[in-house]
Amino acid sequence: MFRVTFVKRQREGADIAFSLFISIVSILVALAVSAAVVKASHLNPQTAFQTLFVGAFGSMRSLSEVLIKTTPLSLAGLGVAFAFRGGAFNIGADGQLNMGALASTVVCLTVGPFVGWLGVPLGLASGCVLGGVYGAFAGWMRAKLKVSEVIVTIMLNFIATLLINHLVHGPLKDPTGFMPQTAEIPVTSRLPLLIATTRLHAGVLVAVAAAILVYILLFLTPFGYKVRCVGINQTAAMYGGIDVERVLVATMSVSGCLAGLAGAIEVLGIHYRLLEGISPGYGFDAIAVALLGKLNPLAIPVSAFLFGALRVGANSMQRVAHVPSTLVYLIQGIVVLFLLGGEFFARYRIRFLRREA
Amino acid sequence: MDGLIAFASQSVRLATPILLAALGAIFCYRSGVLNIGLEGMMLTGALMGVVGSTLTGQPFIGLLAAAVAGAVMGLIFAVFAVSFLADQAVVGTALNLVSIGFTGYLFRLLMTGTGETQNVPGFGAMPIPGLERIPILGPIVFNQNIFVYICLVAVVLLQVLLYHTGFGLNMRATGENPRAASAMGVNVFALRYEAVIASGLLAGLGGAALSIGALNLFIEQMSAGRGFIALAAVTFGRYDPIGTLLASLVFGAADALQLRLQVASTGIPYQYIQMLPYVVTLVVLAVVKGKARAPKSTGVRFEREAL
Repeated sequence: MFRVTFVKRQREGADIAFSLFISIVSILVALAVSAAVVKASHLNPQTAFQTLFVGAFGSMRSLSEVLIKTTPLSLAGLGVAFAFRGGAFNIGADGQLNMGALASTVVCLTVGPFVGWLGVPLGLASGCVLGGVYGAFAGWMRAKLKVSEVIVTIMLNFIATLLINHLVHGPLKDPTGFMPQTAEIPVTSRLPLLIATTRLHAGVLVAVAAAILVYILLFLTPFGYKVRCVGINQTAAMYGGIDVERVLVATMSVSGCLAGLAGAIEVLGIHYRLLEGISPGYGFDAIAVALLGKLNPLAIPVSAFLFGALRVGANSMQRVAHVPSTLVYLIQGIVVLFLLGGEFFARYRIRFLRREA
Repeated sequence: MDGLIAFASQSVRLATPILLAALGAIFCYRSGVLNIGLEGMMLTGALMGVVGSTLTGQPFIGLLAAAVAGAVMGLIFAVFAVSFLADQAVVGTALNLVSIGFTGYLFRLLMTGTGETQNVPGFGAMPIPGLERIPILGPIVFNQNIFVYICLVAVVLLQVLLYHTGFGLNMRATGENPRAASAMGVNVFALRYEAVIASGLLAGLGGAALSIGALNLFIEQMSAGRGFIALAAVTFGRYDPIGTLLASLVFGAADALQLRLQVASTGIPYQYIQMLPYVVTLVVLAVVKGKARAPKSTGVRFEREAL
């Protein structure tokens, strides 16, 4: 008989090669489990994954669709990662994204027609601001009232969805249309297309720039230093002279800003209007994106690309192979679970001890 | 008066899914675990309740299936959060994703596209002979479905377990200071496993209360944040079974009010009325703020000293 024990490794933290290894294994395990699920439901996993792959990378058009999905995932993922670094778990990226979309739509519809191309920066900025305010509110409840930001941000998600739901059915509804959506924003307020035959827009460049900026903010500025201090140890940060409450609110507001920007880009780059369900759960995908990216701003666009491909591929998988696209959530959840498990094995070694009779 | 009684009775019915999950959350909180995964456990329970009930025609089998499914989710949570020392909030969120994916997948396969299941065999009201005739209290508490009675029994059991048994003492000690409890000889790991599995079981039942107890159908993501509201209810109820019972009733009443206002022509857009439970949750949390102190080790992983 053996007894399994875990022995702490001498070296704290994993090196890059090991964490990359864990990430790849996590993805493979998740794919294997989902293949088993597909197989168990009497569908063909090979066809399923083939259509998934072709659906994502099969053509210029599908690849550009992947990049379109990568953009909001990356931005919201950056937001989640930033909050994480600062010791806050922001699962409200969805709500913040929705509020960002709302603000940018309103600004582009009201101010847009009079300011020409300035509508683009104004629209993006307004999305940032409202998303940031929405995030800051959760940060404030956490810092001042000691209420778990997890519950607060989830509640705020529901509230934002219902608010937008009402606005697009009521006050903001396009008066000339029948659909529950607003009127289109002026052409001058839209993000330019990068490739004319596709829907790929300049927002993807904004996402890349944001990743670099967040990296600089987090690792090369005094503010970023404070954020990371608070994230590692609040008590120590407080004794070190950091105003922890203020930093928490600021962290959540930066996080919300990034998610809000994602929402604004969805409006200015893709839909050109606000509609119900503008975020098909991007805020939750963002958590998996941030964790797979190891909370590193420069790795997050890459993991966002992966999950973007998964999303686009899953849609064609559902169409062609009749495998429900909700499989994506299963894959994401399992990836996260195995990443977490992998972290443990980065810190501990397994040891089998012979049990004495 | 009759209207008020009907409203109270509806509030009790709507409070049960939240209360069941919240009682599970008490187990977790008291042993020092923050279980964000309740939402997913409820959702899985809701689907398995419907599946079990549909396949066998017996709602009772559905109830059992929901409890077992919830407990299995709890076990998975414990493996990652307790054994592998992963961040509890992240494990919970991952489980929520898994259950959205799993239930959505299974459900779409079973129902090919209708968006909701047809009416499945569910539990109706089961008046308790004698007690149901007590004025006012009878119709409110003793003319309900099985889940309400399960709740009442569970509240009493948990209250006794927590404050009048050695196990409860160990659990409370672990929640406050796992290291001290461990030094005292409490097996912190085993205790947290038990707590999390029990919470999964209860949350699974809570999900079943939603699907085969109330609506007799399953809708994708039908838990709609109730797992999180349950966490808020525990905070509001000061981590105490009876306090949590009362807190859940507040949320049940908010839900009942919301449903009634939607039917009554108030002129308020229904979206704002649907917001009510979520806004109430935020307000309650803001009002309670520091007054309810969470067990000290909540959310903190427990690492065994080097072996």
